[in-house]
Amino acid sequence: MTLNPFVIFFAAIFTNNMILSNFLGMCSFIAVSNEIKTSFSLGEAVTFVLGFTSIINYLIYHHILVPLNLEYLRYIIFIIVIASFVQLVEMIIDRYFETLYYTLGVFLPLITVNCAILGVSLFMIIRDYSLIQSVAFSIGSGLGWTLAIVAMAGIRQKIKNNPLPKGLEGPGITLIITGIMALAFIGFSGIVQIQ
Amino acid sequence: MREIIITVATISSISGVLAFLLSIANKTVGNYGEKTVTINDEKDYVVEGGETLLSALIEENIFIPSACGGKGSCGYCKVKVLEGGGQFLPTEKGYVTEEERDQGVRLSCQCKVKEDMRIEIPEELFNVEQYKATVSKLENLTDKIKLVRLEFEEGKEMEYKPGQYVQILTPIYKESFEEIYRAYSITTPPSSKNAVELFIGYAGGICTTYVHEYLKEGDPLTIVGPFGDFQYREGDREMVLVAIGTGMAPIMSILRYMAEKGIDRKATFYFGARTRSDLFMIDEIEKLKEKLPRLELKLCLSRPTEEDNWNGEVGRVTDLLEKYEENGEEKEAYLCGSPPMIDSVFPILQDKGFKEEDILFDKFE
Repeated sequence: MTLNPFVIFFAAIFTNNMILSNFLGMCSFIAVSNEIKTSFSLGEAVTFVLGFTSIINYLIYHHILVPLNLEYLRYIIFIIVIASFVQLVEMIIDRYFETLYYTLGVFLPLITVNCAILGVSLFMIIRDYSLIQSVAFSIGSGLGWTLAIVAMAGIRQKIKNNPLPKGLEGPGITLIITGIMALAFIGFSGIVQIQ
Repeated sequence: MREIIITVATISSISGVLAFLLSIANKTVGNYGEKTVTINDEKDYVVEGGETLLSALIEENIFIPSACGGKGSCGYCKVKVLEGGGQFLPTEKGYVTEEERDQGVRLSCQCKVKEDMRIEIPEELFNVEQYKATVSKLENLTDKIKLVRLEFEEGKEMEYKPGQYVQILTPIYKESFEEIYRAYSITTPPSSKNAVELFIGYAGGICTTYVHEYLKEGDPLTIVGPFGDFQYREGDREMVLVAIGTGMAPIMSILRYMAEKGIDRKATFYFGARTRSDLFMIDEIEKLKEKLPRLELKLCLSRPTEEDNWNGEVGRVTDLLEKYEENGEEKEAYLCGSPPMIDSVFPILQDKGFKEEDILFDKFE
């Protein structure tokens, strides 16, 4: 497959959105989508971690695992890489970028185990992307994730002013809205498909 | 065979490299050196930087109350930070009100020591210590409540007020993988300095399961205390005491204290249980009445069974209060038990004229 990296980038945002078409990374999506500001910070953190971990994972996979015929170890290796990378970044931000820590750093532990991040690393292997395609895919996915969570937070901020049936409050209505948003995003799917 | 070796070697070396990077980062980036924490402008403590304020203080043997063990989910470990401590964190938002925030209140389990700090804590927390105790008595009061007597090492004494509580450090055991602190009220009067007794009800939690199913007489147990501002108030106003279940514990401490000191105040103790078999310590209270002639005990059962043969009051403590209490303006109330009980008793007492500041309570969560 030789898709243009730009095509992959836009497809990852709109037609193959991590949340709205793959339903990955739902736990932090539901938990943190209360406010636009915090959602945006979390989105930034996800994009940042995605961008870097996919490069590291790409290099490890193609230069260590493939030559040694150890492709089946990718799950455990990717998880270890993501977890330690997140921890390292958290320590650095905590020490040297105080303001950034309060907007972004506190969310980092939340996304250590975010399945969207592992998902992107696995998709890029399954779809056999080149390094440039992987970078485009991972940053696109991060932005797509941000777009979805910020949109959700915008809707949830409005919902706060309106009474809901008790049983639907919180996660209930969030899942329903996510479903409707996903339907809306199907509208984009005619443009381009990457999976 | 070769494949196994390659697999193990690959995973080990990749994890090894990552662990190496992380430990270097921990030594350099995560190392903040020694910092000074000044408490109440009196005492200076030099602590290891980078950890949370709560754990830094524990290492200096200052025990800030904390029920969740530093996860940021109980909100007990508030301290006033005057200088240092960095910005207010989103994780503290739910527990610290705007008003408190303006005064500098922080959750000590969230705020890290990254620079020299100046903080303020209540003076009595200096009194809080860790005690190594031995379980000298373990007795079933009912099928769900145990009396636990803890004796301290020779010469170790605890100074506490009637009504205060201690925290038990539940060790790691078969069903729990972490050490946690849980709070229990003291039932003994302050004169019992070398040992305290607690009532521990079985609720299926980590600590109650440990006490009910694993703890034996003679076992060691670490406790920290005393804590709490639910305390007996000196004075001669009439007292209304309300408790259900293990909520009797701090009330017992108060009554025993009064009996020892010969404080003859008019007091009514409302105690609620489900069935007759859930009643406990009643003989003990009857005995206390000899020394406290103006103490009255009012019992009620919410669901007496046929075998109970119960002629007394049926219902909940709220029903008794509705029925018997009046002229609250002149009285003070001590409530102790589950949050729903306290939340339902509070408005009833207010209706009866009790002033808000005269209703003391201890919610057992």
